[in-house]
Amino acid sequence: MEDFEVIVVGGGLSGLSAAYCLAKEGVGVLVIERGDYFGAKNVTGGRLYLNPIRNLLPVNWEQAPLERCVTKEKICLMGEDSSVSIELSSQKFGQKPYHSFTVLRAKFDQWLAEKVKEAGAMVVTKIKVDDLILDGGKVRGIIAGEDKIPANVVLAADGVMSLIAQKAGLKNPLSPIDFAVGIKEVIELSPQTIEQRFSLKENEGLAQVFAGAITKGMFGGGFLYTNKNSVSLGLVVKIDDLMKKRPQIEAIQIFEDFKQRQEIQSLIDGGDMVEYSAHVLPEAGFNGISHLYSDGILVAGDAAGFTLNNGLTVRGMEFAIASGVLSARAINAAIKRNDFSSQSLAEYENLLKDSFVLKDLKNFRHAPNFLDNPRLMTLYPQMVCDVLEKIMYIGDYPKEKLSKTAIREIRSKIGRNIFKDGYQALRI
Amino acid sequence: MDINIKAKLGKNTIKVDSQKHIKIKREICKDCREKVCLYVCPARVFTLNADGETALELDACLECGTCKIACVKNALEWDYPRAGYGIQYRFG
Repeated sequence: MEDFEVIVVGGGLSGLSAAYCLAKEGVGVLVIERGDYFGAKNVTGGRLYLNPIRNLLPVNWEQAPLERCVTKEKICLMGEDSSVSIELSSQKFGQKPYHSFTVLRAKFDQWLAEKVKEAGAMVVTKIKVDDLILDGGKVRGIIAGEDKIPANVVLAADGVMSLIAQKAGLKNPLSPIDFAVGIKEVIELSPQTIEQRFSLKENEGLAQVFAGAITKGMFGGGFLYTNKNSVSLGLVVKIDDLMKKRPQIEAIQIFEDFKQRQEIQSLIDGGDMVEYSAHVLPEAGFNGISHLYSDGILVAGDAAGFTLNNGLTVRGMEFAIASGVLSARAINAAIKRNDFSSQSLAEYENLLKDSFVLKDLKNFRHAPNFLDNPRLMTLYPQMVCDVLEKIMYIGDYPKEKLSKTAIREIRSKIGRNIFKDGYQALRI
Repeated sequence: MDINIKAKLGKNTIKVDSQKHIKIKREICKDCREKVCLYVCPARVFTLNADGETALELDACLECGTCKIACVKNALEWDYPRAGYGIQYRFG
């Protein structure tokens, strides 16, 4: 194989975005993907927010095979046998420049890989990178089976488990405190059914998150995204909480109990489940970010831990794309200096610090701590449901004042913790 | 209600690798009482056999990595399947 200046390990969003930018600059770049095709190993919830990355990655976004433009955002608080929803229906979100789209990765990643190829990068699938060529701690290329391929720089864009960043000593073994597992089903429904059922126009979509009793006291939540002719239904739960939960419960069972809720059943009724997937998500935010570079290597996307969950918006893909683009800029500068040392590649971190990637992650650095609160995951959603249920219910007895009902419920269920949790909430 | 995980996984395209990509270090596993692998795995790859040993059904594996993270006793040798094998998501 010919020599490459840059080898990108992993053909997901960060790797492909980096390769696209490098190839556009005329840099010899090779992308190595272990799946049979791009996207074959990748899973999203998911939706992509376009504003942060539209100009960073200069592909023709209008041609991208995205699913539906999200015009409805719904937050559903779930009690044991009741739920309360808040819905934002936004005309602004349905107008150009579009705000966010639902996505299915197999389709999207293959499209992006085509763009990368057109830009002049070499892309290969069905090759698994096993190790790095190391020379006194300096990364000099990759090893895949019998093949050793040298390169000036390796980009570890190999996803959340990032065995490559670990081999380079940039990442510690993953701790269950910092990660969650997501389980998702893609359920086919006709576009007409989706549009009628969710009150959507053609090409418009809904993004819904669910919190409360469904995670049985554990950190996490459910989600539903409408695609063109399917919905993505999923549930995320923190691995550490799952391990500690007594009595023990299978992750599979938590998802199934969620799916069997009447609120969900009515949304997926008549649908045909066509894929069952699972994926790990970084949940530690700013404090969970790995080392980002070393001699001859950089880390981007999930591999670096670039995901942000502030409780209401869950983001990862635009961080992956942006970190890929910024890694390409740092690599390009290093090529011009002909210096691939750690000091030279350190520019990557500065670029990230100046971008929304590290700014947003830093801004929301208290979010993981705030969200890791059983009251937030169970008590508050249940309380909102109970208060509304009591207020709306008319019995065969005189109705008490609304404020009295509300105050009694809140006082009996939360007490003084409301001040503590309120303070934490204000730090988000 | 028992969940038919096989029926769910049957919807997926998984190319089975004859070579095992996850191996159990028996000397550690046999002394583990929690066996979190049995319930954290979203594909029920881990089961207990008649002798009470952890058994692997790697044909089901979705390569998510949850078991590797949850097995804090480090009883798993974990890698992805070889190239050309394993889960191939059609939607993702």
